[in-house]
Amino acid sequence: MSQSHRLINEGLINRNKEIVFKFNGKKYIGYEGDTLASALLANGVHLVGRSFKYHRPRGFFGAGVDEPNAKLQIKLNNHSEPNVNATEIELVEGIEATSQNCWPSVEFDIGAINNFLNKFFPAGFYYKTFMWPKSFWYKVYEPFIRKAAGLGIASLKKDKERYEHKYEYCDLLVTGSGPAGLSSAYSAAKNGAKVILAEDKPRFGGSLLTDDVTIDNLSGKAWADKIITELKEMPNVIVKNRSQVFGYYDHNMMVMFERTGDHLKNKPKYTPRQRLWYIRAKEVLLSTGSIERPIVFGNNDTPGVFLSAAAKEYIKVYGVLVGKKPLIFTNNDSAYETALEFKKQGVEPVILDTREEQSSELIDNVKNQNIEIKFSYAVIAANGYKKVKSAQIGKLNKDKTGFENNEIIECDCICVSGFWTPTVHLASQSGNKLKFNDQIDAFVPDKSKQNETSIGASKGTFNLKETLEEGFKTGFEVSKNITNNNNSISIPNSNEAKKISHDKFWCSPLPKGKNFKRFVDFQNDVAVSDIEVALREGYRSIEHVKRYTTLGMATDQGRTSNLNGLQLVADVEKKIVPQVGHTTFRPPFTPITIGTIVGREVDMEYMPIRKTPMHTWHKKNNAVFVDAGAWKRPRYYKQGNETLFEAAKREAKNVRDHVGICDVTTLGKIDIKGPDAAEFLNRVYTNAWLKLPVGKARYGVMLREDGIVMDDGTTTRISENHYHMTTTTAQAANVLSHLEYYLQIVWPELNVNVISTTEQWAGAALAGPKSRDVLAKLFPNLDVSNEALPFMGYVEGDLFGLKARIFRISFSGELAYEINIASDYGLFMWEKIMEAGKEFNIQPYGTEALSTLRIEMGHVAGPELDGRTIPYDVSLEGLVSKKKDFIGKRSLQKEAFNKDGRQKIVGLVPLDKKSSIPEGSHLVVDKNAKLPNPKLGHVSSSCWSVENNNPFSLAIVKDGKNMIGKKLFAVSPLKNTAIEVEIISSHYVDHEGKRVRS
Amino acid sequence: MLNIKCPYCGDRSQKEFAYGGDGTIIRPELNKDISDEKWDEFVYLRKSPRGKHIELWHHIAGCRQWFKVQRDTVTHEIFKTAKMNEEIK
Ligand SMILES: [Zn+2]
Repeated sequence: MSQSHRLINEGLINRNKEIVFKFNGKKYIGYEGDTLASALLANGVHLVGRSFKYHRPRGFFGAGVDEPNAKLQIKLNNHSEPNVNATEIELVEGIEATSQNCWPSVEFDIGAINNFLNKFFPAGFYYKTFMWPKSFWYKVYEPFIRKAAGLGIASLKKDKERYEHKYEYCDLLVTGSGPAGLSSAYSAAKNGAKVILAEDKPRFGGSLLTDDVTIDNLSGKAWADKIITELKEMPNVIVKNRSQVFGYYDHNMMVMFERTGDHLKNKPKYTPRQRLWYIRAKEVLLSTGSIERPIVFGNNDTPGVFLSAAAKEYIKVYGVLVGKKPLIFTNNDSAYETALEFKKQGVEPVILDTREEQSSELIDNVKNQNIEIKFSYAVIAANGYKKVKSAQIGKLNKDKTGFENNEIIECDCICVSGFWTPTVHLASQSGNKLKFNDQIDAFVPDKSKQNETSIGASKGTFNLKETLEEGFKTGFEVSKNITNNNNSISIPNSNEAKKISHDKFWCSPLPKGKNFKRFVDFQNDVAVSDIEVALREGYRSIEHVKRYTTLGMATDQGRTSNLNGLQLVADVEKKIVPQVGHTTFRPPFTPITIGTIVGREVDMEYMPIRKTPMHTWHKKNNAVFVDAGAWKRPRYYKQGNETLFEAAKREAKNVRDHVGICDVTTLGKIDIKGPDAAEFLNRVYTNAWLKLPVGKARYGVMLREDGIVMDDGTTTRISENHYHMTTTTAQAANVLSHLEYYLQIVWPELNVNVISTTEQWAGAALAGPKSRDVLAKLFPNLDVSNEALPFMGYVEGDLFGLKARIFRISFSGELAYEINIASDYGLFMWEKIMEAGKEFNIQPYGTEALSTLRIEMGHVAGPELDGRTIPYDVSLEGLVSKKKDFIGKRSLQKEAFNKDGRQKIVGLVPLDKKSSIPEGSHLVVDKNAKLPNPKLGHVSSSCWSVENNNPFSLAIVKDGKNMIGKKLFAVSPLKNTAIEVEIISSHYVDHEGKRVRS
Repeated sequence: MLNIKCPYCGDRSQKEFAYGGDGTIIRPELNKDISDEKWDEFVYLRKSPRGKHIELWHHIAGCRQWFKVQRDTVTHEIFKTAKMNEEIK
């Protein structure tokens, strides 16, 4: 029974290219150009899934984004994706699709018992049932809800597909290529505007693909093809199919996703699967069209019930009959077009029209074709469990609240049309408050808040002639304002059958004693009775009704259910729809993949990596790297089977005993120039800067205005009006912005310029008692004696013909230097230092040893300058000038900052001289005290002191000044440790600072 | 994502900028006495107006200039941008 429902001639599919695919394990054949839905329907397959709550059998209902039911699990090329809309995914060789939300199979689903227990699943069921007892939540309710909720299964495998992001700018973005979109894009493009035309579907043309109309004496489709061909050739136009604009954001930022590779079995290399476009458009034309809405009736969710326009699209685009004995149920003229298409294919439909006997061009045409029409008739209910077998129909009474009779009519599908709902999602997202149009019983855009205009069916214009007029005119006018061109084109003639007004009938009444389920929202299984329950229980606001019943909350965003839901609430509440209002439209319009959102920012591209010029050397010498912001810094250089702890100890000890070298390129460096540079530094730093001589460096501390320490570092006076500032690696960017803020906003009168030079200089720290020997060897012509280059001195030297900057500064407590050289020669410098240092036992050291050295000498860093400490807390109060004013000084007068017992930095040694104290431990008096145990402070930094060969930590402790000699416990509930510690000075090495000055 | 017109570089995407808060705050002069209240007001107190607001933005991934933006905090409409030495009324 291959392709039993495929037509011989009709459709836009490629019958020369057969495609084999699988559905629920069974092989089927479709054609190139099919969707998964059209291919299955061609094979007579209707049952595709089970409903969310009641596990009722469900089939296809729409033919595109309107589809609420057919969400399938798709497997292709070892990649599995849940909740794919079968009406949107194009058929690709090898696709394996399976039904979701059913067990063990879609044909026999255990969960369908819910359908028979449905009186136990009323609206708000979850809220009512899962309240108590509390202990049931984790063990019973949550696992149950988790199993019941959600549809498909997300893949646990890494997504190997490629996704891309693209940024684009244009004068005009046109969203949708139906008659409104094509005409506006064409007239704007002809008027010189830069236009992007986006079409969600693979084929351009929108309703022109299926409607029996002519434009410019061509068929709708032929005209669409002609315009698209011309647009594609214009250099000022980008035409994109398979591209949905799904979000409207601030300042006309539109987001679109393009399915670049989903329809290809074998993608060319580097072709992404999907691409996300950020489009900044000067003007947006919303030509998103409209979606047919159903009429609600009993068992209207039975497979075989379709929207009438979808049935027409299956015939016209895919050459597929959704049934061979169709019943058409309508309240308006457009379903008559579907009837005519069936008739053209030799199929005899029967039409039920809720209106009284009417005459119109279309109706008369249908009558002339001898198609049976039953006026004042409605479908009461569909019969059949897994497929429509017949329908109970009836003649409506005068006020349409009941039926005069009840007949059975045989049919294999029911094509329903309840008129059209403009697709206003993007307009609403743009901030446009919608208004209700009672001519069409739907919301349409009102006043624009951004540069957007809705045209055609998306604003309720359902007539082709008017749509073309709107399109051509709007495209011209909007482009004229941008390009100042004046090339308007004449509007082509057009022809379509005239339609008369629809009937407001939207829901079939229940005959007495009958209790059919009448679904409003298929995807979330919300029936008329559920909404009635919510209203009976006192829910009034439509937003509350929505949440309580889950109406419109599924992935289809209630495209086919919202208006009927509102209509129902309005009827029960004796209101009109605009009084009920509508719920919020939010992006994305249809679900998009997480991969598209992430784009290329995965793995190595997750974030940029900064490497120092010496990176390759570090790598070659077994460096284990650590992230410092975007930088990669050597944490330690592993020798043999060393652990981090052992390596850091070895490297730090080598500095104390001999000499070490550390890559300090990552430190922030800022060049400061100008006649007022000294004055500026004097305002930025807490200490005095006016008298720093040329050739000298000084350590400085800067505060935020609230008195909290912001950063520390040394600044060197290179020449009269030229300073070189260093910042910590972490604060480099913040400090630069901070300086720019004060120079540009607060003190623009200061003649100073600042610029980052972090990347211009490579830096190496040379530390240890033998560092001067290495330096002397490197710079044989330079006097590097203690007298010529004293502590905090600065000289320039010649390193094999290269200019090097030499700073005598130390963060290790040892005699130390920092050598800077132009970045390009960083590796050269490093290798020369290693070569010169060989005879002095030089070894590289990483950040772990660097930390050990600075902690031992009590030098504060990030863990102490944590955004909560003032200079006093970290024993930097000696650097706070009493004489001059500076940023943040006034805040230091704050009472709390000057109170007795203020927290202060101290050193800690475990009494057993063995136990390392975890960073973050809390300091308490009694380790066994009842919780909450009063906390006296916390451990900020810990190391193994290589100087004293025992653990040592820094801590910030309440009244630290008077705590020296006291014993406390450092407790870490996280590490489950409680270590008795003695409080000592924070300077554990060389209290008097003799070594750095030696 | 906002579209912000840097007075030096022209229209650029919000991605290139950093937000700098209320643009009408004036830092008290150095070396002048100031009451606790006035100082606290400068350091901590900021209005959160609904509607028009003059704020600072910093073109960090561009010319690195700070400048003023008059923006509606509800609709995000930007009425005007100006250099620091220019007035926004
Ligand atoms: Zn700029």
